[in-house]
Amino acid sequence: MMKLVKKIDRVILAEFGSPKELLKAAEKMRQEGYKEFDCHSPFHIHGMDAAMGLKRSPLGYIVFAFATMGLLGALGLQYWTSAVDYPLVISGKPFFSGPAFVPVVFALTILTAAITAVVGMIVINRLPRLRHPLFSSDRFGKFSDGSFFISVESSDKKYNDAHTAGFLKTIGGQNIEILKDE
Amino acid sequence: MAELAQTETKALQEPAHHELLITGDPSFEQVTDSVSRIVEGKTPKAWWVLFGISSSATLLLLVAIAYLFWEGIGIWGLNVPVAWGLAIVNLVFWIGIGHAGTLISAVLFLLRQRWRTSINRFAEAMTIFAVICALIFPAIHVGRIWVVYYIFPIPNQMSIWPNFRSPLLWDVFAFGTYFTVSLLFWYVGLIPDLATLRERTTNRIKKIVFGVLSLGWHGGNKQWKHYEMAYLILAAIATPLVLSVHSIVSMDFAVSLLPGWHTTIFPPYFVAGAIFSGFAMVMTLAILTRATLGLKDIFNMRVLERMNLIMLVTGSMVGYAYAMEFFIAWYSGNEYEMFAFVNRAFGPYAWAYWIMISCNVIVPQFFWSKRLRTNIAFMFIASILINIGMWFERFVIVVTLSRDYLPSAWGYYTPTFWDIAILIGSFGLFFSLFLLFLRFLPMAAMSEVKGVLPQADPHYAGNIQAHSQAVS
Repeated sequence: MMKLVKKIDRVILAEFGSPKELLKAAEKMRQEGYKEFDCHSPFHIHGMDAAMGLKRSPLGYIVFAFATMGLLGALGLQYWTSAVDYPLVISGKPFFSGPAFVPVVFALTILTAAITAVVGMIVINRLPRLRHPLFSSDRFGKFSDGSFFISVESSDKKYNDAHTAGFLKTIGGQNIEILKDE
Repeated sequence: MAELAQTETKALQEPAHHELLITGDPSFEQVTDSVSRIVEGKTPKAWWVLFGISSSATLLLLVAIAYLFWEGIGIWGLNVPVAWGLAIVNLVFWIGIGHAGTLISAVLFLLRQRWRTSINRFAEAMTIFAVICALIFPAIHVGRIWVVYYIFPIPNQMSIWPNFRSPLLWDVFAFGTYFTVSLLFWYVGLIPDLATLRERTTNRIKKIVFGVLSLGWHGGNKQWKHYEMAYLILAAIATPLVLSVHSIVSMDFAVSLLPGWHTTIFPPYFVAGAIFSGFAMVMTLAILTRATLGLKDIFNMRVLERMNLIMLVTGSMVGYAYAMEFFIAWYSGNEYEMFAFVNRAFGPYAWAYWIMISCNVIVPQFFWSKRLRTNIAFMFIASILINIGMWFERFVIVVTLSRDYLPSAWGYYTPTFWDIAILIGSFGLFFSLFLLFLRFLPMAAMSEVKGVLPQADPHYAGNIQAHSQAVS
């Protein structure tokens, strides 16, 4: 069972000069065997998922499952209200008027899919998380402006304050900081 | 001539994705700055003036609605056979406007039309506000407003359920879904930009508000991975909505058995018209915003020209639909159908019909000329004319019912003061919301704009430091 709020004791933060350098550094981090690291950038960098060795997001399957439920639910709602609970003859149409029920089935399927996509994204990313050691850095705020960072969490098996900081330096990291959750 | 040949070969050699989407070659920081500055700076005087006007009009809307609830639908100029009047005209008008936003955010995203990043935030906001305006009309037109919840399938004191075979009920679901999906799409797009504002602000209250709204976004690729997937899924499921919502709106008319309304061309014709009018509204707003707030590199001529081309295409589709309606009316051999169309073009509402034809069919044809479609003044006037024309299109469809089967019932529908008050008020609400948006939220998607800059490509060969130095 995934813990809802993951505890993060310490994080090492290193800054990189460009998307290109960040991508190369991410590849080296992966080759070195780091897993609990992340690459922060103001926009999604093309090819970063592969560089970091991340698997495809499972969100699509989750959305598909919920959208199917939405579809069946919408069909069931219309069937039950129109043909079971209170059947009424309207314009001589059958109680279960298949074609006439399509627009509502369609709309509710889309609605469940959209809500699942957004809620699913938030849950998988374990958001909202307003407190994070990263936010105690003065430099880190520029991740959403024009700067690029790699952060390594202390939960990583290969993590070691001095060693990891040294490695980040060799792959081009600058302004290396160790951040603690106060 | 030689020069032309040279540029052409150059264009052929350069891969399409190297085309500069944002002019002026800004750095990442300059993009952040030019967009955030608008939110962070002092409120300009012009904003207060415009907001004063639009919020006064919103007040008129509230008064008109309050009086409507007090007195009843009789305050409008409705009478059988024109039983829907301006309420449905305005509904269709506003919901149509929204379609451009969805097309820009969803369809153009899937088609990898990266120029959309300049205008998508802006257009999505417009969609949401237009849909809010649209939803007012069916809600206040129900008559007995205190039982408006009958439209939802919730158990009520009559233990009866809504009629799912009715297009009016389809509307409830189509609009509800459309509004929710648009809002979610917009919000998801805003998350990274809200984080930018959170990091920039020094005001504690703003920091908390932006902090909570941005959910603790830290731009890590592990977040981006799921984020990009969610965005892609939203785009994929919002795409059919561009076609479905206005098709369902058109069925309010087409499923009835009235001459002039009962036609199969309505769904595609309404969808084309919706996109057409929506782009015209995006254009009007973009030109106004560009002129007053700057951002000429983001809302650049290339983007504006492409929007004009979309208007040319959809405007031609609308023109074709007008012609085809006439042809089919004649070809059907049905005299009621023929009368309905002759009455539209030459009957008592001929003035409205010809306003519609001039604005919707003739005006966009000028965009064949490269000179005119890159002329700001011309496209501004054209966009306003197109919006007027599209409002009249719905007006013509609705009010020409005033001559139905029975000549003794013939009349001339005239909107009353309260009809017009609600129309003006809806514009007031739309512009009030839009002005609030411009003032308090980033009006261009900063993270997406940065993503299409050449230096965002990890294979960028140039020197990124040169860009950074340009700022400091």
